[in-house]
Amino acid sequence: MRIGDAKQSYEADEAIWTSGTQKLWFGLFLLILLLFPFLADSYLLYLGCLVGIAVISTTGLNILTGFTGLISLGQAGFMGVGAYTVAWLSLNTGLPFPVTLLLAGLMAAAVGILVGLPSLRVKGLYLAIATLAASVFLHFIFAEWESVTGGMGGLSLEPAHLFGWTFQSDFMMYFIIVPLAVLMVFAARNVFRTRIGRAFIAIRDRDISAEILGINLLRYKLMSFALSSFYAGVAGGLFAYFFRVVTPESFPLSMSIFYLAAVIVGGMGNLLGGILGAAFMTLVPEALKLLTAALTPFYPDAPVFMSPMLEIIFGALIVGFLIFEPHGLAEIWHRIRRFFRLWPFRN
Amino acid sequence: MDWLFFGEISLAGLAMGGLYALIALGFVIIYKATRVINFAIGEIMMFAAYLFLAFAGGMELSAWIALPLAVIGGSLLGGVIEKTMIRPMLGESPISVVMVTIGIASILVGLVEFIWTANPQLLPSFLPREPVFIGPLYLAPKIAYGFLIGAALLIIYLLYFRFSRGGVALRATASDQAAAYSMGINVRRVFNMAWVFGSLAASLAGVLVAATGGLSPQFGIIGLSVLVVVIVGGLDSILGALIAGVFIGWLETVAGAYLGGEYRMPATFLVLAVILVIRPYGLFGTHEIERV
Repeated sequence: MRIGDAKQSYEADEAIWTSGTQKLWFGLFLLILLLFPFLADSYLLYLGCLVGIAVISTTGLNILTGFTGLISLGQAGFMGVGAYTVAWLSLNTGLPFPVTLLLAGLMAAAVGILVGLPSLRVKGLYLAIATLAASVFLHFIFAEWESVTGGMGGLSLEPAHLFGWTFQSDFMMYFIIVPLAVLMVFAARNVFRTRIGRAFIAIRDRDISAEILGINLLRYKLMSFALSSFYAGVAGGLFAYFFRVVTPESFPLSMSIFYLAAVIVGGMGNLLGGILGAAFMTLVPEALKLLTAALTPFYPDAPVFMSPMLEIIFGALIVGFLIFEPHGLAEIWHRIRRFFRLWPFRN
Repeated sequence: MDWLFFGEISLAGLAMGGLYALIALGFVIIYKATRVINFAIGEIMMFAAYLFLAFAGGMELSAWIALPLAVIGGSLLGGVIEKTMIRPMLGESPISVVMVTIGIASILVGLVEFIWTANPQLLPSFLPREPVFIGPLYLAPKIAYGFLIGAALLIIYLLYFRFSRGGVALRATASDQAAAYSMGINVRRVFNMAWVFGSLAASLAGVLVAATGGLSPQFGIIGLSVLVVVIVGGLDSILGALIAGVFIGWLETVAGAYLGGEYRMPATFLVLAVILVIRPYGLFGTHEIERV
């Protein structure tokens, strides 16, 4: 059992790592991430990439919804902006991927600021509806602005490239997506050690009190929108490079709901929760697919029931977590950790 | 400009708007009493419409028996949802409660696909078929009679909430929960009844809308149009729901007819965005004063 957790300075309190053990475990985790593509088969690799993209986008939404308390139903729309930016740039300029991804993020952030503008006057659920309106407009633009977005047919793009390398296979994409995901989660972690991040949290807890404390609400709310949609834009750009085709239907409203669900199932206002939630929500459908494949020899009808089952499980997960485990997977994780830390005592 | 065509389109739109007003009324009843934004209202409509399909198509009951059965089924569903999934969320943040209703919507879509498959279905027609003319303007009979039935329920509701004991209890709870509670109003029962009555309105509208436009598990998307209606009208305003319902229904149909189907949603959401910027609480909603 580990004791003596008293912190004596602000630096110690704000430190990312509070013990050597933590560093060790994290190092081990990074090593596994690094070795994973060499050991995994193509299907697992594909899943790894999907989870990486989902982690980036979920972390972005977590900044906005979990840490700043602004509900957004526009995440998929912002991802679409990023994806279309990457697709258009790679078709028309041939820039290497780090530049296009950065521009995708900035473009999405600009759109995010525009969508966030009403957030000073419009609050809570009215804001959620405003972001919903934004995603309807974005979908409309994706579908109708044919000279840029290719209309309903969408755009298909070349694989990502840099210094003569092309990132065509899932194996190569893994080495773009996963390091970027780790980097961006780390960046988010650091944001919450600064004044900006603390301002976000103050706004979430009570925006009027935050304003009285001298926090410029409009500025920080817009900053939160910009940061969140930057993450979404980068995730969308990766999505474009990964699937190499972008259509208006790639980013439906259900995708925005998926990311909200990932934030909630993982644990709102908890970066670890965002990661766990993104991985969990991405992997549940895949697990169900495997289960269906395993059941098909015995029940030939199984594939027919898979898609409805998926809807039911998706909904039941959201409802179940909110009612029984409102702090999400992160809380379960902490409980497990506490068990080992306090062993042989309980609680 | 062809005024006859415009008149006919407008008439169809207004009739559709009447049904929107009915759904929005169901939405507003639930919101007023329980402060829950019900994203699952489109799916409750869908479920009731599928029940009608099962009673009238599958069991071959007369439509006039199947319709009340389906509506009762839909309102019971609302009551059960409130008891089992919304009640435990009392006092939680609005984000969480909204997400619960989104989860419920997903569960209902899955259930419907499970039982009735994902294929689009046609409801057995039960409304009179002879064309309706109002002056020189033709109106599709399904829409016309759907509107009449919907309007009848709407008027019953308005009278009920104005004059009956239950209606007074609901309005009292809406304006001050604690005071209502201390006056001996059974607030829990009011919550439950609000969901039952709200779902009843939605269920009837669901069957009527599905009778004109067909039914599929994507039917719940109509919930988005209703969301626009209630936000434009103001979440807690019955008058707002009626006016905005008729207006949005008209606008959607006219935009669809003149600009093309893909403009229906952007047109109504544009109105929504403008209203949100000018009047963040909707046209007739209560501007709540926040205190720390």
